[in-house]
Amino acid sequence: MGSLVAHSIHRSVLSLVEKNEDYAHQVIRDESRIDQMEVQIDDLAASLIVRDQPVARDMRLVVAAIKISTDLERMGDLAVHIAERSISLMTQPPLPEAMNFGALASLVESMVLSSLDGFVKRDAQIARSVLEHDDTVDKSRHAIQHQLIDLMQRDSSTITRAIEYLIIARKLERIGDHATNIAEDVIFLAQGVDVRHRTTAEVA
Amino acid sequence: MTPPATDTSSQVQAALPKMRAANVNFYYGSFKALHDVSLEFAANKVTALIGPSGCGKSTFLRNLNRINETLRDTRLEGEITLDGENILDQDVTEIRRRIGMVFQRPNPFPKSIFENIIYGPKINGMLKKKSAAEVVEQSLRRAALWDEVKDKLHESAYAISGGQQQRLCIARALAVDPEVLLLDEPCSALDPIATAKIEDLLVGLKHQCTIVIVTHNMQQAARVADTTGFFLLGKLIEHDKTDVIFKNPSRKETEDYITGRFG
Repeated sequence: MGSLVAHSIHRSVLSLVEKNEDYAHQVIRDESRIDQMEVQIDDLAASLIVRDQPVARDMRLVVAAIKISTDLERMGDLAVHIAERSISLMTQPPLPEAMNFGALASLVESMVLSSLDGFVKRDAQIARSVLEHDDTVDKSRHAIQHQLIDLMQRDSSTITRAIEYLIIARKLERIGDHATNIAEDVIFLAQGVDVRHRTTAEVA
Repeated sequence: MTPPATDTSSQVQAALPKMRAANVNFYYGSFKALHDVSLEFAANKVTALIGPSGCGKSTFLRNLNRINETLRDTRLEGEITLDGENILDQDVTEIRRRIGMVFQRPNPFPKSIFENIIYGPKINGMLKKKSAAEVVEQSLRRAALWDEVKDKLHESAYAISGGQQQRLCIARALAVDPEVLLLDEPCSALDPIATAKIEDLLVGLKHQCTIVIVTHNMQQAARVADTTGFFLLGKLIEHDKTDVIFKNPSRKETEDYITGRFG
């Protein structure tokens, strides 16, 4: 499920950057498979609770799996939203200015991959590195937003397209937030500590 | 970062421990069954002792009210105190009145329900202040059994169900107003409904006395105990808040045992 979601995110970004409609359609097609996987994982977790009443690290794995499957499913939805925006942008001329979407997208993608890597390896260090990137993503999204607002003020003919890009930047940031959630669950899984809703300094 | 493995006895510090075992070693003949066990029991808390069969948890429990003394060729080293005083220095009958015990299988006397309850208070000379009927009703109420047996107090204790017999044994133990109640797998012969009744009872009883329960049922420990101690091969491996033991224990041995990866 993690791998499929990471691919969907990657394809949604590629469809935007390379104006490739095939990638976008693939992302939309894969959504229902991701949804099914979420249901399967939750069902398996419920069965494990009933059969084995897991405790300690087993309990933490089941709890983390249920939460991570929810985050992954949401990330799959966000990838679909990006793919849909990307399709609608394909029929329109490019913006007169290049936005730094590549940097934002690759940062978010690396967070997604690291959070999944941390889960597979039960490695809290890898997970902590994901948390550190969260602020950078927010700043990068903010910078793009300002750039787009400037552009819209200068040239009202760009508004329709710029709004699409604003939404895409917002979706990417949300994907980063979900990767952060997964990383927090990985730290809980590996170390049994709950680091949610703390400052970066407290977590480190 | 895993918490450092520290002295297990310091993990849960009781403000005023009701009972305290310090460096307890116990021998059956030449076999050393307990190795340097130190553990504090906080007043008005439930402490669960868990561990595989033969790990010493029952042996340890049976030292707490000196029942092991009845076995020949055994030896106890170290100190066990009740309210700061060594239990070995005190009258054994008085110690067993203050520290009651309930066993795995219900063991009512072959007498009526009424006589089962009244036996302890009678031999302890406690019936001067209260009437026998009063003591019986109060004890049965404390053991959540009164409503079920109030109309058959003079029938044989064997006429009631296993779960009721076990609550009768708890009522019998409570009849002499113990300060500490020791329970050695009190629910292992009972069905889930009777088990749930006894668990509810324990949670209510801790306001009146300090409870130590040996159990093989880990969910039971998780449900009723404030703190849990894990024994392995005669040693106390870890003693901590129950929540910590079952969510994130500090010792690998504890984790392996409670998750079923043992051995």
